Amino acid sequence: MNPNSWISKTRSELGLILQDMQIEHLEKNWIYLATAMIGFMVVILSIGAVFLHLNPPSHWETIDSASLHLGGEFAEDKLGVQPSKPSDVIIQVKLVAARYGFFPREIVVPADKKIQFRMASLDVLHGAHIPMTNMSTMIVPGHISEVTTVFPKPGEYPLLCNEYCGMGHDHMWSKVTVLSQNDWDARKNEGKQP
Amino acid sequence: MIDTTPKRLALFNFWIAFGSFALACVFGMYQVLERSGLLTFIQSPAVYFASVSTHGVLMAFVLTTFFIMGFGYYTATTSLNMPIWNPTLAWAGYGVCLTGVVLAAIPLLLGKASVLYTFYPPIQANAFFYIGATLLVVGSWFWTAIMIVMFGKWKKAHPGETVPLPMFATTANAYLWAWTSAGVALEAVFQLLPWSLGLKDTIDVGLARTLFAWTLHPIVYFWLIPAYIALYSYVPVAAGGKLFSDKLARVAFLLILVFGLPIGFHHLYMDPEQGTIAKFWHMVGTFAVSLPTLLTGFTVIASLELAGRKRGGKGLFGWIGALPWQNPMVLAAILSLLMLVLGGFGGIVNASYAMNAMIHNTAWVPGHFHLIFAGTVVTMYLALAYQLWPKLCGKKLFSNDLALTQLWTWFVGMAIMTTPWHVLGLLGQPRRISSVQYNSLLTLAWKPYELLMILGGLVLLGSAGLFVYILFKTQTEGAIEAQAVEETPLQSEVAVSLWLNNFVPWNLLILGLMLLSYGWPILQFFVLKTYNPTAWGY
Repeated sequence: MNPNSWISKTRSELGLILQDMQIEHLEKNWIYLATAMIGFMVVILSIGAVFLHLNPPSHWETIDSASLHLGGEFAEDKLGVQPSKPSDVIIQVKLVAARYGFFPREIVVPADKKIQFRMASLDVLHGAHIPMTNMSTMIVPGHISEVTTVFPKPGEYPLLCNEYCGMGHDHMWSKVTVLSQNDWDARKNEGKQP
Repeated sequence: MIDTTPKRLALFNFWIAFGSFALACVFGMYQVLERSGLLTFIQSPAVYFASVSTHGVLMAFVLTTFFIMGFGYYTATTSLNMPIWNPTLAWAGYGVCLTGVVLAAIPLLLGKASVLYTFYPPIQANAFFYIGATLLVVGSWFWTAIMIVMFGKWKKAHPGETVPLPMFATTANAYLWAWTSAGVALEAVFQLLPWSLGLKDTIDVGLARTLFAWTLHPIVYFWLIPAYIALYSYVPVAAGGKLFSDKLARVAFLLILVFGLPIGFHHLYMDPEQGTIAKFWHMVGTFAVSLPTLLTGFTVIASLELAGRKRGGKGLFGWIGALPWQNPMVLAAILSLLMLVLGGFGGIVNASYAMNAMIHNTAWVPGHFHLIFAGTVVTMYLALAYQLWPKLCGKKLFSNDLALTQLWTWFVGMAIMTTPWHVLGLLGQPRRISSVQYNSLLTLAWKPYELLMILGGLVLLGSAGLFVYILFKTQTEGAIEAQAVEETPLQSEVAVSLWLNNFVPWNLLILGLMLLSYGWPILQFFVLKTYNPTAWGY
């Protein structure tokens, strides 16, 4: 047969592809093992995402950062821990991130209860993180960040800015006090907490 | 056949790369000292953030781009055995890149561009910073074009033959860079430049972050591929063995090219502007791209074992001791792989989707990328410099012992610096602070680790100085070596099919994946209503 015909060319190419697939058995075992390891990790993360709702904070909701202070939910008098009834499943906290702090600078929330943070930036990029917890989100100007978490351990926590936001970035933090359920209820009865 | 043109091109590129590297190490030393708060008179956020911006730009953009261009020119000529296609274009690209670096350096050093190397708007730098960065990218495209053309010319002249592995990988990197740099180029041309020049008042921050994330992940593979070329093509020869599998090496480079690209959103896990489905999809891709690294680990260690056994190593681990540890290339490979294993574990944590919340933007992250980039990648760049300098200058390496000392100290310094860095991240320290100002008990636990990092920085700075000294001495005072037969890196002997010998199907696959991964995430900013902020100073 003519070696330049398309049939022989295709045949030799097919032969090369088959040859490509022939690899040493150790290599083959390693490929299986490596793929299985990666697959295992992806499956675990998928189970977490689908059944336990363990997803990173994603939330498409835009806002005009330049006019936050003029009204709406991020006006100064609306900020902080929102009023709640004992039957509420979620307690909402609204914060404005601005150079150089999260406002209001001090908040008190209960432990073992779902806390939903809604945050917006007044100026540049900020990042909110409470160390040793999974309360973390970027705050992008023009967007509202929403993240929900539960604090299992009462105590005083710093809420730190973890994205460079200017020369005062080091100083950008606020205080979060997490009270045990009993302390929270007592405080509520004293009328201190909304 | 290597004439003076590629040698000069390589040396000129390498000196910019390693000069920037040494300078950036000085900045790094200052930062680790300033951050610890040990010496109050050097405390200054203004100087710190100017320094950290310069350090990042020099290491991540200047060292890498110039090294990769120089190494590419050398690899193309030696591995394909043909002269540089269009040397004028190569020098023009070099000139454009260098102009860009100078233009960006002026505002950086004057503190007019303290926006970090990730230049996240709406904090705005001096326009010359963005112009310089753009020119650096544009100049590197000259190199990209030359690599792709040389690959094509060689294939045309050698129908049916297999492209040598080093050039196959270099071309994969050229394509990777073309795809990778498109994201940041779009951000620069359509957003940053008009905005910083005053032609536009506002900037869509969400879009800018998305475009930067497009570049931010695959760029690390652009940096990594030359290190892998060294591991596949130089290390087995230096160890006295052969490459375990040429085919698997090609597959690994192709997997990096394909899966490295559509996965940038693991940098945006904590961002509001991208949705859950997009983030999940990018997470799956991020895990997929660990496959080629696992394959590389296997093939390189198997190649080292072949060499060790050939040299008389016995038993399960005896071959490790039998390896030529006095060879800088072999030593670098071992140290580099060690750091890759540790850094890889950290990377799995970063990639793990919701778990990322624990370490996002904490000190853990620079700890991780210093281990992988400054550890794994730069260690191989250093070894390649020791390998190539004698060939480029025609002189013997100034001192093999000093080179070994330098590699060991780099490894030890990196271990001392990155271990506490990771711990600090787990203890919640943010990555980009110039000092600790929080009035919280938590910060007391940070102190000892910050002090330990100073020691790491000192060792690393000494090691970097020694490295430049060895190169300088080799070039100026090294014994002249009789021009021996040109030693070419490992060449391919196996015939492979079209799939492993060209990039057309893979580029089409990438196009599809990129549309899938970035189509809606970018389109949404044009379809949905966004409020764009104006520029802010710092």
